[in-house]
Amino acid sequence: MNPQSSEKPYWSRDGLLLGARLALPVAPGFIAFGLAVGATAASKGFSFAAMFLMNLFVYAGASQMVAMEIWPAKMTLAGVVSLALIAATVNARMLLMGASLRTWLGPLPWWQTYPIQHLVTDPGWLIAMRYRAEGGNDFAMFFANCVALCLIWMSATTAGYLLGSLVTNPRAIGLDLVMPIFFAVMLIPLWRAGGGKRRAIGWLVAGGVAFAVQYLVGGWWFIMAGAVAGALAEGFADEC
Amino acid sequence: MNADLGVYGTYIAIAAMAAATYPMRVGGYWLMAHVPLTPRVRRILEALPGAVIVATVLPILAREGAPAAIGIAAALISTLIRRNDFVALIAGVAAAAVARYAGLG
Repeated sequence: MNPQSSEKPYWSRDGLLLGARLALPVAPGFIAFGLAVGATAASKGFSFAAMFLMNLFVYAGASQMVAMEIWPAKMTLAGVVSLALIAATVNARMLLMGASLRTWLGPLPWWQTYPIQHLVTDPGWLIAMRYRAEGGNDFAMFFANCVALCLIWMSATTAGYLLGSLVTNPRAIGLDLVMPIFFAVMLIPLWRAGGGKRRAIGWLVAGGVAFAVQYLVGGWWFIMAGAVAGALAEGFADEC
Repeated sequence: MNADLGVYGTYIAIAAMAAATYPMRVGGYWLMAHVPLTPRVRRILEALPGAVIVATVLPILAREGAPAAIGIAAALISTLIRRNDFVALIAGVAAAAVARYAGLG
């Protein structure tokens, strides 16, 4: 994969500073997303502790957005299982991120790489891949970058939650629509990165199946059904 | 399956989501040491984010009607003019609020 892939990454103090600095360009987008997740948690009536713990331990905004949308008023075992399945489905894309990190971090011992991977995010992964492609090999950069992004996330979601809590009627100012609006905007870079006939087929199938399942089955299974069907359709569509 | 889990229900669900997410973060990393991912699996995983979004947003759009459509349109237009997630979010939420205030939906 990479000509330098067998070269063991090293640690340096400068790498810590570089990792924090490389987090700055993506901070605005990360903060906007964090504010949206925090405000959504407030508008759905989550306690501060639950919001904070979810952001720290799940730490995957898109899956949290979907989960909070379908969060049952009364939590049952069935509810727990469906929320875990939603998290697994929405976050399955991370399998790819981890697979590509292996080509860089593979030579390091497991106890250095497995714990910090809890803090891998979409922007953090992009930063790491770009840094590595440019010849960087400092693991301290990766470590500090992940930690910096997590600190930004926890601050932004806390701020979003506090701002959202000030609003007595979230519906009146459109706050209940933060999730669909933010998600729709994310489609633009996804189309630019991989748009084409195959992606169009995948999205049509995702939407069609979601509609059909919502109509026929009800509940929230349409998200899972549409997502899996759309991803399979795009993956199996012949090259166009 | 349908017994109320009570006051700890929310925390149990958060723990379950965390337990489902960490294996996704390290699973690909772990797997690559043993078997490489095939191009097919790679393509399916690459297709997942867009499919999740379309499958989530479309039915909500249908349910919420005109305010949601107007909010999403405003946010998309804002992003196409200049990519700024803050501006897009504010434009979208504000447009949806105005649409509701005007009595649509």
